[in-house]
Amino acid sequence: MKKLSRNAKSNAVTYAIVVAFFVVMTVLSSTGHLSNSLTGQLIPICVYICMAVSLNLTVGILGELSLGHAGFMSVGAFSGVIVAMSLQSAISSGPVRLILAILVGAIMAAVVGVLVGVPVLRLRGDYLAIVTLAFGEIIKNIINNLYVGYDANGLHIRLLRVLPKTELTDGFLIINGPQGATGITKLSTFPAGILLVLFTLFVVLNLIQSRSGRAIMAIRDNRIAAESVGINITKYKLMAFVVSAALAGMAGALYAMNFTGVAATKFDFNTSILVLVFVVLGGMGNIRGSIIAAAILYTLPELLRAVNDYRMLFYAIVLIVVMLVTNNPTMKAGLAAVGTALKGVFMKTVPVPEEGGDGDE
Amino acid sequence: MSFLTSLINGISLGSVYAIIALGYTMVYGIAKMLNFAHGDVIMVGAYMCFCAMNYWGLPPIVGILVAIAVCTVLGIVIEKLAYKPLRQASSLAVLITAIGVSYFLQNAALLIFSANQKSFPSVVNLPNVTLFGGRLSVTAIAIATVVTSAVIMVALTLFVSKSKTGKAMRAVSEDKEAAQLMGINVNGTISVTFAIGSGLAAIAGVLYLSAYPNLVPTTGSMPGIKAFTAAVFGGIGSIPGAMLGGILLGVIEILGKAYISSQLSDAIVFAVLIIVLLIKPTGLLGKKISEKV
Repeated sequence: MKKLSRNAKSNAVTYAIVVAFFVVMTVLSSTGHLSNSLTGQLIPICVYICMAVSLNLTVGILGELSLGHAGFMSVGAFSGVIVAMSLQSAISSGPVRLILAILVGAIMAAVVGVLVGVPVLRLRGDYLAIVTLAFGEIIKNIINNLYVGYDANGLHIRLLRVLPKTELTDGFLIINGPQGATGITKLSTFPAGILLVLFTLFVVLNLIQSRSGRAIMAIRDNRIAAESVGINITKYKLMAFVVSAALAGMAGALYAMNFTGVAATKFDFNTSILVLVFVVLGGMGNIRGSIIAAAILYTLPELLRAVNDYRMLFYAIVLIVVMLVTNNPTMKAGLAAVGTALKGVFMKTVPVPEEGGDGDE
Repeated sequence: MSFLTSLINGISLGSVYAIIALGYTMVYGIAKMLNFAHGDVIMVGAYMCFCAMNYWGLPPIVGILVAIAVCTVLGIVIEKLAYKPLRQASSLAVLITAIGVSYFLQNAALLIFSANQKSFPSVVNLPNVTLFGGRLSVTAIAIATVVTSAVIMVALTLFVSKSKTGKAMRAVSEDKEAAQLMGINVNGTISVTFAIGSGLAAIAGVLYLSAYPNLVPTTGSMPGIKAFTAAVFGGIGSIPGAMLGGILLGVIEILGKAYISSQLSDAIVFAVLIIVLLIKPTGLLGKKISEKV
């Protein structure tokens, strides 16, 4: 019971951080203390928090390196856009269309997640990583050549062949090949983004702390041992992978609805890597870390505007230095010494329980 | 005859992938890390050669030598500054650091050379080679690429199997601790590996840009990803695997472009990769790793 309440407490802190972020940002922007460009980034920040938390499920909790997370985001984004735009006349309420778009985005991404996951999860390590990369590129390549239009006769979907507007009777184009989706009505709002972050956290935290979550972590820690105690490896791997894909699809739908136009090239390898950087810097398997890393690192280039042209260079240097400081034994020891000193000043030191003591009783 | 032209172009592009893939696979074999910055070393090499030829008016061969020299030094410096402190860290930490190095190189190039596209002058200025009474036409650079790559592959294979340094490289990739106990300078060997890999990347950069002359700071990413794919395709860590994987990938890409769909050529390449990995999970020539319980 004690363990359970500790989890509940930790979850509450995580939700509280998100709510606090929402309150602070809303107050700041309503009092005009937030720059325009930063206000415009509030929804993308929420999207990338969702992306980082969902990728952490695959990379941190399941322990498999995925380099194609943006592919699921892309599937969610475009299927969401198709739903939202084709229901424009049928459903007038914006929030309802947004919810439907996000739901369909999640379902489509989950379907693709199953299709990708079944073959991919048979592989291990770097081979698995390269295949997720390959799937991400295939998804990008296909959507780049997809033409979707909507008119009185319903949806028209074409691959590779251009769909001219004249072929549609009183309709409009939704996805126009390499140009992507255009003419999207902006439906995403910051509160909707925060709600999606909370939902993502709710799903991921509850999954991790459930029986299934413990099975998934057991697979990560020792696959053979997990298998030998009767854990169904394929089932739990696929579960983590598909949930992660579906959540990325939701984030993608929210992301697309924030712009008037979005192209498939936005969701490329670099986007997958960007999210992976958030996860690793936030701490693998550490959900709260992912949230904070995504929020800070996404806004960092914006905050570095003072150095303008050099900001991405600074970003790269910060990234390298942080990795060196946190992973090099010598530098880590130095950092830990500073940390303990600070801890001694600011809070009570928590005694570390001795390992291996209770097994002999 | 158009099939033969496509095939030769495919082998030519594949040879470039193979040279880049060799850098990936050698570094992976010895340092067990995916060096994501490798693709950007190609870009640096191409810019160096471009500067030497366009701004300093040097002949192409000197330009290539400048590119090789700069990239070799760059490879050693990157390894010493960014990767060596992380020898004991998790592979994912090294991967993220490599991504940081990649961002750094791209943005440094962006500041120095701006985002404006530069047209790379071909290092081989010879007319197309025509055979069979003009029915088969192949660009001189395609032939030069294939020949250069063949020379590099033979030389590298001999170097790795016969020379003392090559043997040391194989020993370190097999077992780092045991190699150290035998008196092999592990850090020195890793530096040499990075130097060779980066030097090869410079050559690959010059050859690639001579055939596809759009030079921008992100030029290296796509051939980098493709070569990385090729290395995995052939079985990462295996030198003959990287050569085979690279050439096959190039041929599949060009033939796919010519006969199936030019827009979906990337999807075709990656689909073939996935199918191969599903049938042979450790690549074409990769070693099967058995797990100890």
